[in-house]
Amino acid sequence: MWRFIVRRTALALVIIFFGAFIIYGVMRCLPTSFVESMARQRAAASSTTGGKSYQEWLAELNEAYHMNDNVVTGYLNWLGGVLKGDFGVSWKYGIPVTQKFSQVIWYSVVLNTITLILEVLICIPLGIQAARHQYSGFDYGITVFAMLCISLPTFFLATLLKFAFSVKLNWFDLYGIVGRYHEQLSASGKIWDMVSHMVLPTLTLTMLSVGGLTRYTRTNMLEVLNADYIRTARAKGLSERVVINRHAFRNTLIPLVSYMSYLVPAMFSGSMITETLYQIPGIGYISYDAMVAGDLPFTMFYSVFLLSLTQLSLMLADIMYAVVDPRVRVN
Amino acid sequence: MSENNRINNDTEQLALDDGRRVKVLSPGMMVFKRFIRNKLAIAGIIILVFMFAFSFLGGVISPYRQDQVFYKTDSANKEYASAVVNTEFRFLTPDGAPLSTLVRANFSRVVKDAGEEGVSFEADGTIWSVKPLAESFYAIGTGKQLGTVTVLGKIADVKADPGEEISDAVKAAALKAAQSGAESFEAEGQTYMLTRGKAKSYTLATVAEAALASLLSYDVYDSADAEAVGTYAFRRAAELALRGGEKRFEADGAAYALDGEGDSGVICREGEDAPIATVSNVIVNPVTAGNFLPMTYKAAVAEAIDNKQTAFEYVNEAGETEKHTIRMRGNNYIVYTEQQTYLIDMYAAPSLSHPLGTDDHGMDVLTRLMYGGRISLMVGFVVMLLENLIGIIVGGVSGYFGGWTDTLLMRFVDLFNSIPYYPMMIIAGAIMDAFEVPPYTRIFLLMAIMGIMGWTGVARVVRGQILSLREQDFMVATEATGIRISRRIFKHLVPNVMPLLIVQATMGLGSIILAEATLSYLGLGIKYPLASWGSIINASSNIYVMTNFWYIWIPAGVLIVLTVLGFNFVGDGLRDAFDPKMKR
Repeated sequence: MWRFIVRRTALALVIIFFGAFIIYGVMRCLPTSFVESMARQRAAASSTTGGKSYQEWLAELNEAYHMNDNVVTGYLNWLGGVLKGDFGVSWKYGIPVTQKFSQVIWYSVVLNTITLILEVLICIPLGIQAARHQYSGFDYGITVFAMLCISLPTFFLATLLKFAFSVKLNWFDLYGIVGRYHEQLSASGKIWDMVSHMVLPTLTLTMLSVGGLTRYTRTNMLEVLNADYIRTARAKGLSERVVINRHAFRNTLIPLVSYMSYLVPAMFSGSMITETLYQIPGIGYISYDAMVAGDLPFTMFYSVFLLSLTQLSLMLADIMYAVVDPRVRVN
Repeated sequence: MSENNRINNDTEQLALDDGRRVKVLSPGMMVFKRFIRNKLAIAGIIILVFMFAFSFLGGVISPYRQDQVFYKTDSANKEYASAVVNTEFRFLTPDGAPLSTLVRANFSRVVKDAGEEGVSFEADGTIWSVKPLAESFYAIGTGKQLGTVTVLGKIADVKADPGEEISDAVKAAALKAAQSGAESFEAEGQTYMLTRGKAKSYTLATVAEAALASLLSYDVYDSADAEAVGTYAFRRAAELALRGGEKRFEADGAAYALDGEGDSGVICREGEDAPIATVSNVIVNPVTAGNFLPMTYKAAVAEAIDNKQTAFEYVNEAGETEKHTIRMRGNNYIVYTEQQTYLIDMYAAPSLSHPLGTDDHGMDVLTRLMYGGRISLMVGFVVMLLENLIGIIVGGVSGYFGGWTDTLLMRFVDLFNSIPYYPMMIIAGAIMDAFEVPPYTRIFLLMAIMGIMGWTGVARVVRGQILSLREQDFMVATEATGIRISRRIFKHLVPNVMPLLIVQATMGLGSIILAEATLSYLGLGIKYPLASWGSIINASSNIYVMTNFWYIWIPAGVLIVLTVLGFNFVGDGLRDAFDPKMKR
């Protein structure tokens, strides 16, 4: 077990190293980088006082941001800083990347945790019911509903929800995490304000993720229900409730847990598209803005963060498998 | 007979070939039968057939091109002309020579003070008299000194200057005028003027008209008439007639007819209908420089202002009736007119010619949807083929050879798999934006990047299947018969993975279409003027469009959902059909 974890961790580090290098290389392809626009701004600002010209600023900023190095040295430079725990200062937000990250991450965590809880509460009962009544009208209904949820594009669902609830019914605001008069509200009012702004994003994320988990639960439940030991349990004369809850459901937990271990990292990686559409200042939206602006330090940080989470979830899935299913031996 | 019977029996027993054969379906036929029994799969097929017909035939049938911009004419009340009522006097001398500034200034001052009465002033060493001829119409006369009139109580005397002669009648009139205090008088058909000098003495002078002061301006229709209209006599006679309310006047030996009264009128030669000039106290100028205003239009504006109308109708040169309205702004009158403007037909509501209206570029939404469908479906298929091509090669090689090849390739797959998809696509989109890649090239680049980012799943599936297949007997047989390795992999192993790959590819098509639509929605995928379903919905990121023009973005969204749903239904159906043990 420990040997496995050590080997897996070593592999994960190699993958993160090369993955980050690929993203660094692609980021460096951006020609009109943030540095150029910054140089232009500064040159314009200092032109009246007879300060440095655009070229001088550009040279100076390129020097300061190590943009003159080639890709490999630039990457190693960046990596050197990271190993010392220094991810640099975000070009777009002007504060250390890690500081910005700790400011915004909790929006994403809250949003995705609520979504995950809702998802589990909805999907597992629905999936089990659909499996119990296979080929019934209810089963077909669930299948079509799940398929529909999988097929919905995030942006279209979000726009439809905004159109219905914000524009037509006027229940929620279109954008943002706080309302216009947030500062004037009482403490409980502030919390309520933020909660009401979270409703539509949560609804969107939940609807999008419900389909997959429902179908997965149903498929696994069907497999278990056709197993011999279920027939034995029924033959013993156990009540249907006991058969389903104790014998069948417990066995579906194994694949479900591995599936869920992929969902947990998603809680922290944020839901980029949804956050961007609702302008929830979580890690997804903030990173989207940084990426589009060509903010190298922030993008690199976010990418490494995602790479690490993916590796972690893969490891977690393997380990969880062993924990849940005593037959599985990791090695 | 019996023989025949026996033979018949024999033939009956032997005829097993067709009639009595147990019907065994080929594996492909069985898959097909199971597939068409699945209602959802059939629904998916119907949806997809519709989508393909809509996208690929629709573009042919549609009468419009995808980048055809539609225009409309709209009428708007625009400022057309400005008019001002003239309050500055214009001067005309018989010989056309300009009047000195000093005289003009003195004239204006005197007229302002004295109003309608005749007065005189001195300027440039000459005596000038002002004589009202009509309302706001003055004759300015210059005096020529004849003598002096002295009045001492009851005694008055008129003394002629050397070289001048004054008739008795004039003398008598002058004395009378001097005693009564009048400044001018007429005698023997000539106007005389008395200007008060020192003490009780007056200067007696004859007056000759030297200039006309008028508020009216003349516009000539034909430049050939300009000379006749510009003469002193014409102007004098015309304005007197206009102010006096007469219908005809004579000047320079010609007779003219005048239509109008008060401040404006139209002048014709007597006996002719065609007007030669208009006269008015209103000056009309076009609002936009270079816009020529016809004479008749100016006359119509002047007439409307004189009559204190706020709206009037004008028949233009093309014979159309235009409606104009007049509004005051400061001291000016602004004339507004309904003008036809030719503009892009943006956000047109659904109609027969545009069943789903037009978008923000004035393009037909339905046609854009058809062409957008072509691109969305094409991108889906090309990316899917690309993913499978790379995936089958890498997965096949990796699974067949195993060992360090497998380890190396699979680590490579792990690496690609862990690169976050959307961040990478967003950065790629931003790079393509920065290099200003042309729209068509952009599609190919987008497809290539999506293919490169998505092949790892296929490689994993192929490798996993091949790992278990290569141990089977038929592979030992291929090895024994000495078939080439590439042939063993791609002819014997890969076809066995095909059913699974087809199912995965069908389901994958849906998610590729979703990814492309999302990127296009964010403005990082397919770009204008090319259409894609995602970029059509992008219009809804403008709240104004989202709230007011549902017909632009909702149909595109419904098409995306239906297409992805169709692929998912078919994929699901195929999986059931290929592997009946595996329940949905």
